[in-house]
Amino acid sequence: MKFYLEVWRQKGPDGAGKLEHYEANDIPAEASFLEMLDIVNEDLTKKGIEPIQFDSDCREGICGNCSLTINGVPHGPGRGTTCQLYMRKFRDGQIITIEPFRADSFPVERDLVVNREAYDRIMQAGGFISERAGSAPDANSVPIPKVVADQAMDAAACIGCGACAAACPNGSAMLFVSAKVTHLGLLPQGKPENDRRVLKMVRQADKEGFGNCSNYYACEAVCPAGIPASVIAHLNRNFSFASIKESIGITV
Amino acid sequence: MISAPSQSRSGPHPIFLWLFSSIGKKTVVALSGIVLVLFVTGHLLGNFTIYLGKDWLNWYAEHLQSLGPMLWVIRLFMLATVGAHIFFTMLLWKENQAARPKKYIASDPVGTSVFARTMRLSGLIVLGFILFHLAHFTVRIVDPAFQHMDTMLDGHEVHDCYRMVVTGFSNVPVSILYIVGLFLLMMHLSHGIGSLFQTLGLTNRRIHPLIETVTRAYAWLLYIGYISIPISVLTGIVK
Repeated sequence: MKFYLEVWRQKGPDGAGKLEHYEANDIPAEASFLEMLDIVNEDLTKKGIEPIQFDSDCREGICGNCSLTINGVPHGPGRGTTCQLYMRKFRDGQIITIEPFRADSFPVERDLVVNREAYDRIMQAGGFISERAGSAPDANSVPIPKVVADQAMDAAACIGCGACAAACPNGSAMLFVSAKVTHLGLLPQGKPENDRRVLKMVRQADKEGFGNCSNYYACEAVCPAGIPASVIAHLNRNFSFASIKESIGITV
Repeated sequence: MISAPSQSRSGPHPIFLWLFSSIGKKTVVALSGIVLVLFVTGHLLGNFTIYLGKDWLNWYAEHLQSLGPMLWVIRLFMLATVGAHIFFTMLLWKENQAARPKKYIASDPVGTSVFARTMRLSGLIVLGFILFHLAHFTVRIVDPAFQHMDTMLDGHEVHDCYRMVVTGFSNVPVSILYIVGLFLLMMHLSHGIGSLFQTLGLTNRRIHPLIETVTRAYAWLLYIGYISIPISVLTGIVK
């Protein structure tokens, strides 16, 4: 297959950056999007052109490291990460525009590589369980209703890739924050510090300069882990309750 | 060890922390939105008295006017509600602009609805429409003749609201302005009503699609209800 690529090239964090035109020739239909870029990069290297910088790690859809916006959609068409996107999804001869994730809190490092440490700092603010949870308890010794377990499990699928904030017209990280809060706050191990977690994570997200959720639901549409936007409702509810509890000094 | 209470009272009061947090600001917009949706609903129910006949609408209008000082309390409350709705939306918008300074060159509004993307525009046009509506039927300066339309009701002289509405909507451009203005209101509510359930956390994965459908249908019902009045006047059903 053959593709006409428009790729964002930027020398460094302070560089201006612009789209450069490249041709991707002889691409197998079964190549993943990142493999296609590997082939293009080999070609560029042979021509003496600096290869395109992009993030990737596991290449099996679980690490959340690849971060490309393809034709305006983070991770490109379909559900899944960029590494799980195959070139057969595109038309032969199609023009493909590749840009880095765009959000003020995800500064571009170079080309298609963005710095997503803001998500790490949100996790550090409260996305954990302080107590040692110990070894796995005996089955059924801690009863958790199936609906609650399912909800927590669905939210736990978040890989923190940043596509939600990148897709959001407001650059809001609410889907990420709410996935973590839902995942940790619903289960017995995470419940004891739920209020503090909710308050700290939301405040950290605000501090990082992420935008506010306008309920566009673009995040839900691009999330490779299929996190539903209803977790944001869960977060909103918990944040308001935690705030009320904080104002009268009964936060857990 | 018992840890120290997490609230140290050195910073701003938790209420302010909440109010000016991302979610607090959204909550103010949602709560003021509820008041405005209830107002729009009550207003429409009152308007429907036009279909019961001249005396019913005039009786309803006269009762509203006879609230006296209470009417001004309600008006000031509505003004404050609209003010808070707009002020907090603007605060949110300013932050959202800063959070996404660089737009995608190849833009694809995946997953979003046209109603959601046009909220600020539809809201501002609706604001303009409301100002016109107030000038038209409340302050009555668009057509000053409205100020001197009086009629008898139960032996008293009252303002002839019915005649004013029929005269007002007999003007085709004015009726079209109402139909367009209300369409923008419908667009705004199509996203807004469902959105407030999400913002207040009154939804979950299962009922979310139902809430979206029902609230959108509700926005359309309000629209149909409202535009039925100028259309009835123009088609001569109400005269």
